[in-house]
Amino acid sequence: MTGNEEKTIYMDHHATTPALPEVVEAMLPYFTRNFGNPASSTHEFGRVACEAVDEARGRIAALIGANPAEIVFTSGATESNNLAVRGIAEENRRRGNHIVTCAIEHHAILDTCERLEEKGFRVTRLPVDRDGLVDPEAVKDAITPETILISIQFANGEIGTIQPIEAIGKIANRRGVAFHCDAVQAVGRVKVDVRKCGIDLMSISAHKMYGPKGIGALFLRAGIPITPQITGGGQEGDIRSGTLNVPAIVGFGKACEIARREEGKEAARQGRLRDRLRRGLEAGIEAAALSGHPERRLPNNLNFRFRWVDGEAIVQGVKGIALSTGSACSTGEKQASYVIRALGVPEEEARGSVRFGLGRDNTEEEIDLVIEQVERAVRRLREMSPLP
Amino acid sequence: MTRPFHLSDYNKKVLDHYENPRNVGRVADADAEAMAGNPDGDRMRLTLRIRQGVIEAAKFQTFGCVAAIASSSMVTELLRGRTLDDALRLTNRDVVEALGGLPDVKLECSVIAEKAIRAALADYRKR
Repeated sequence: MTGNEEKTIYMDHHATTPALPEVVEAMLPYFTRNFGNPASSTHEFGRVACEAVDEARGRIAALIGANPAEIVFTSGATESNNLAVRGIAEENRRRGNHIVTCAIEHHAILDTCERLEEKGFRVTRLPVDRDGLVDPEAVKDAITPETILISIQFANGEIGTIQPIEAIGKIANRRGVAFHCDAVQAVGRVKVDVRKCGIDLMSISAHKMYGPKGIGALFLRAGIPITPQITGGGQEGDIRSGTLNVPAIVGFGKACEIARREEGKEAARQGRLRDRLRRGLEAGIEAAALSGHPERRLPNNLNFRFRWVDGEAIVQGVKGIALSTGSACSTGEKQASYVIRALGVPEEEARGSVRFGLGRDNTEEEIDLVIEQVERAVRRLREMSPLP
Repeated sequence: MTRPFHLSDYNKKVLDHYENPRNVGRVADADAEAMAGNPDGDRMRLTLRIRQGVIEAAKFQTFGCVAAIASSSMVTELLRGRTLDDALRLTNRDVVEALGGLPDVKLECSVIAEKAIRAALADYRKR
């Protein structure tokens, strides 16, 4: 935000979300008054912190249908994904060396799998169809006696497509292969039940659901052995050592409680706004195509590709609105998104992608303003494009 | 560690050329015309009017990011009034300098302007 402008509309909630005031308020005492280390067993400071962590653990578990003992705190979803993939691979090395995943996973999965390939593992990256869906039958066919892990995301952070997780879970369970699900973009936005979906391991992040950054969790179903990736003081049942980030954990728990309390009401509201945005963009701009599944998608997500113009140029031209071309990345790379490319979209067309990630603060008036601004920016850029 | 690139890293001059691009379109009855491309998919069409070995007018159309558009706009300004020999000596460095610099990760995006000059002048010589 640049001070002299009016409030910037934030519509990039797949990158991150603001912590809710209620969340921050819950966290504050745990920086100062209740600063204890939950591992301190000899005094009240430790006990108070430990109880706060337990309460948060319970709230997180309740949101996803898990037992509190199955929640392992991590520094975030990237660490959860690393722990799941590396931990299961290392643990089962003698049983097999094959991992099944898909082409549109987050880099925390894809790059981790790549590292494991260097260490002798074999990775199958299943393609997705034009809507971004993984075919459960393809998962089934990819399984070999060497397969030790299937890792498929719940929903994609760029195009919002929700995978047939229940069907994939059934297959994994039947074949006795550990099933990991990166549910970072889904938890808090759609109903996620680890039992119903047959999920063995699941990554979650607080800052994608109005909690603080730097805290996440790995759901690890009871009885699934895993090799720790961070060793030390033996916290989190020896699976993830390191002093617990108590304030962040408390905030994470609060965010989960709020998500559960709302029972999808907020998601439904955002879904209506999202549909309004979609109709507006489709009516106002020709040669605009939706990326991702038309129905099976996150209620707060839209991803449009506008032909003959570049996404970065659109985003820069849209005034007072925070939008993104794709996943939050740390380079200035302008290659078209690998997710959009995986849908079979040609490079040039994929370059015109803009992602709309709606959130709690967005209003109908804002949606209308976004439609108007994007329409204007695309029209202006098309006037200076040599294409088609 | 390097800090990630942000759109706000573009300087005022670059943003001005993106917001108010100079010489957009096609020169009528162009004496030279070419379409240049970058490996990442950017495209730039450059058209020139040339009189007695001097570039009288230059216009562009570009598909690309902010840096590509600003570089295209700037190069049309730099080309006007130059002799053909002089124009051939222009490089993307000159364009970047005239723009007051581009973020490191965006330097490559200015190359399209240089390519377009060479391609347009090659087209002129062929005619």
